[in-house]
Amino acid sequence: MLRFIQSILFLLIAFNAMAENTINKSPELKDIFYGESLFYAFQNKHFDAISKLDAELGQFYALDNPALDPFNQHINHAEFSVGSFELAYRMHQRAGRAIKAIMESSLNQEIRNEAAYRLAQIYYRKNQPGNALDILEKIQGEMAEDLRVDEIYLRAQVYISTGKFAEAVTLLKSIENEDKYKGYILYNLGIAYIQNGEEKKGIVALGEMGKISSDERGILALKDKANLTLANRMLENGSPDQAKQYFSRIRLNGPFADRALLGLGWVNVSLGQFKKALVPWRILHKREITNESVQESMLAVPYSYSQLHYYGQAALSYGEAMDNFGSEVDRLQVSIKSVREGKFLNAILDKQGERDENWLHNLRDLQETPETRYILSLMASNDFQQSLQNYHDLAELRMRLSYWLATLDVYVELIEIRRKYYEPLLPVVEKQFKKLDARIRLRLSQRDRLDQRLKSLVISRRPDYLATAEERGIQDKLAGIELYLSSNPQHYSDEVRQRIARLKGVLHWNINGAYHERLTHAYKQMKTLDVYINTLNKAYKSFIRTRQAATQSYEGYDIPIRQLKTKIQATQVKVDGIMARQGRLIEALAVNELERRRNLLEEYQIKARFALAESYDRATKKQQKAQEDKFLQSKALKESAEKNKQDLNVKDTQQEQLLQEQPVEAQPAPEKEETVQ
Amino acid sequence: MRKTILTLLTILMLNITSAIAADVTKEQIKGLDEQVQDIKKDVIDLTAGLLQLEEKLLFPSNSQFALFVSLADPEDLRLDAIQIKLENKVLAHHLYTFRELEAMQKGGVQKIYTGNIKTGDHKLVISYTAKAVSGGEMKRSSSYTLKKGVGPKFVEIKIGGPDAGDQGLEFKDW
Repeated sequence: MLRFIQSILFLLIAFNAMAENTINKSPELKDIFYGESLFYAFQNKHFDAISKLDAELGQFYALDNPALDPFNQHINHAEFSVGSFELAYRMHQRAGRAIKAIMESSLNQEIRNEAAYRLAQIYYRKNQPGNALDILEKIQGEMAEDLRVDEIYLRAQVYISTGKFAEAVTLLKSIENEDKYKGYILYNLGIAYIQNGEEKKGIVALGEMGKISSDERGILALKDKANLTLANRMLENGSPDQAKQYFSRIRLNGPFADRALLGLGWVNVSLGQFKKALVPWRILHKREITNESVQESMLAVPYSYSQLHYYGQAALSYGEAMDNFGSEVDRLQVSIKSVREGKFLNAILDKQGERDENWLHNLRDLQETPETRYILSLMASNDFQQSLQNYHDLAELRMRLSYWLATLDVYVELIEIRRKYYEPLLPVVEKQFKKLDARIRLRLSQRDRLDQRLKSLVISRRPDYLATAEERGIQDKLAGIELYLSSNPQHYSDEVRQRIARLKGVLHWNINGAYHERLTHAYKQMKTLDVYINTLNKAYKSFIRTRQAATQSYEGYDIPIRQLKTKIQATQVKVDGIMARQGRLIEALAVNELERRRNLLEEYQIKARFALAESYDRATKKQQKAQEDKFLQSKALKESAEKNKQDLNVKDTQQEQLLQEQPVEAQPAPEKEETVQ
Repeated sequence: MRKTILTLLTILMLNITSAIAADVTKEQIKGLDEQVQDIKKDVIDLTAGLLQLEEKLLFPSNSQFALFVSLADPEDLRLDAIQIKLENKVLAHHLYTFRELEAMQKGGVQKIYTGNIKTGDHKLVISYTAKAVSGGEMKRSSSYTLKKGVGPKFVEIKIGGPDAGDQGLEFKDW
C-alpha cells in the first residue's frame, strides 16, 4: 500500500507540471508589448516576462480610459499570463492572489471559471487538494472548450487526492479517449480503480498503460512506472510470476531501469531461480556504483551464488562488495566534509554561471568531485530540487541587483555629463527664445483676428473689410476733401460735389462688385497663411519639447536614483540573508542524504561481513567434505588395489596423482557462470 | 521460505523518497520558500521601476523608436538571421537561437532594437536569411520608410505570411 501512496505522490508532483504551462501559444496579437513578454516567457525567461508584463499592466491601469488602449483586448489573457508566468517562476502565492482577484471580479462566467481552474491548479500543486476541490466547486456552467479536458483531468486528480476514488473513476472514464493527457489518464484511472477497491479493473488499466506505444519520453517513463507499479503490486499479492512479466517490460535505459533490474532479480530469487536472478543483477552490477540499486545488487549477487552453493564465488563477491562499500563509505565521508565546506554550493553557482535554463538538469553532468559525486541521489528528492531552484533564483536576483546598481552609477555619470553640457547652453537659448516667443505670439494673435473677421463676413456682409490698401487710401482722401470742403464751403461747387459722389460711387462699385471674389481670395490667403502658421507652430512646439527634453535629460533624477539605490542595497542585504539560509538548508539536506547513504552502506558492510564469514565457513566445510569423500574414495580404491595389487598397480599410481592435482570445488567452473550470464 | 523472501524483497525495494532528516523540517523548507517568493516580488517591482527610469533617461518618448520582429506563419520558414539598416548604417544584426525561434513560432515578438531618432522620414532596409520548408536557403531584403512623428514610434517587421510581398516582409506601425 505504501508503494501505491508513493506512486500517487509521484503523479501529483511529476505530471502536474504538464498541465501548468497552459499558455503555450499566444492569442492573435493586439498589443506588441504583450507579444514581447510572451517572447521571453516562451524561452522560460520568466523574470523578464513578468517584469515586462507587470510594467505593461501597470501602465494600462494608470490610463484615464484603458478601454481605448489596444492592450485592453489582451487584458484577460495578460492577467492569466502573469499568473502563469509567476507559477512557472515558482511564485505561487502571488499567482494565487492575482487569479483569485479575477475569480471574484464581475468578468463573464467563462473567464471566472478559467480563473477558478487555474487557482485550483495552484492549490493542487501546493499539495492542498482540499482547497483545490473547494475552488473547483465554484465553477459554474460550461468551461471554455479548450480547457474542458484539463478541468476534468484536474478534478479527477483532486478526487484521487481527497479519497473520492469512485468520482475520479467516472471523470477519468469520460475523457479516456481524449488525446490530451493520453497515458496520464490511463495511469490515474488504474490507480483510482485500485484505490476504489476495483483491483482487477485497476490492473487492466495499468496493464494497458504498460503496453502503450509512444515516442514521447514522458509517456514512456509513465509506461515504465505503470509496469513497476504493477510488478510491485504483484509481489505484494504473492504473484512473482506475474511480477516478473511486468518487470521485464521496463526499458533498460529508462528512469526505472535500475529498480526494475533489481526487482527482477529478487523475483527470480523468490521463484528459486538463482541463476536467472544473476542475469539482471550482473547487468546492474556494471552500472554507476553510487546508485542505490547497484549497491544493493552487490549484496544480492553473492547471495545468489551462495544459494547455488558456489560458496567460494560468493565469498569472493562478498569480499569485493565489502571493498566497494568501504571505499564508497570513505568517499561519502569526503563528500560530506566537502559539502560542509561549502564546495557543493560553489559548484552549483559555477554551473548557474552558464545562464542555461536547463542548468538543473545539467547538474548531472558536473565533473565528478567529492561534493558532486552523489548528485543524482540528492536530486531524487523534490525538496532538494526545489531548494536548488530557489538558490539558483536567488543567485540570479543577486546578479540582477548588482547589475542595476552598477548601471545606476553609470546613469548618474551620464546625467552629470548632460547637466554640464546643457546648463550653460540653456540660458542663452532661453533668452533668444523669449524674444522670438513674443513675436510668434503677436503673429499668432494677428492671424486669429483675421480669421475671426473672415468668419464674421460669412454672417454679415462687410465689403469695406475687403477693400484694398489703395481703395482705403482713396476713401481717406475723399473723406479729407469732404472735411476740407465742409469748413470751406466757398470751394464746394456742384461740380466738385458731383465728382466726389462719382468717385465714391466708383469706389463703392469696385469694392462691392468684387466682394465675393475678394472673399474667396481672402479665404485662400488665409489657408496659405495657415500652412506657414502650422510650420511655425510645429517649430515652436518642437523647440518647447526639445528644451523640455534637454531639461528633463538631467533634472529630476537625483531623488529617484538615490531611492532606487537605497532599495537595491536593502534588497541585496535581504537576498544575501535568504540565500545564506537557503544554502545552509541545501547543505543540510545534502549531508542528511549522504549520511543516510553512508549508514546504509555501513549496514551493507556488516551484512556482507557476516555473509562472507558464512560463505567461507560453508566453502571450507564443502571443501572438507569433498576431501573426505575423496579420501574415502581413495581408501576404497586402495583396498581394491590391494586385492588386485599386481594387475592394477599402474592404475593406483595414476589415481593418487589425480588426487593431488584436482582443485577444490568451492571455485565454480567458469562455464557455469557463463550460462548464468 | 518463499513468503519470507517476498517480504524481504518488498522491504528492500521500498524507496526511501523522503530525504529530510529530523533537523530539516517541511515547515522550514516552506517558510524559506515563501521568503524567496517575497523577495522575488520585491525584485520584480524594483525592476519595473528601474526599467521605467531607464526608458525615460535613455529613450525619451519624443525620440524613441523600437523595432520588433515576428513570424507570420511559423510553418513557413526557419529564420536564421536578420539585419536591419537605417539610412544605410547597420542598426541591428541578430542570429537566432533555437529557443528564440521556438518562442517566435509560438507567437512571441522579439524587440530587436530600441533607440532614438529625429522626427521625419527614414529609410529602413531589412535583410534576412532563412530556410524554406523545401530545405532551400532563402535570402530576402526589403525597404520601408519609417515616418517618425512627435511621439514614440514602434514598427513590427513580420516575416512570411499571406500579406507579405514578394520579399516575404510585412511592416506594421503600432
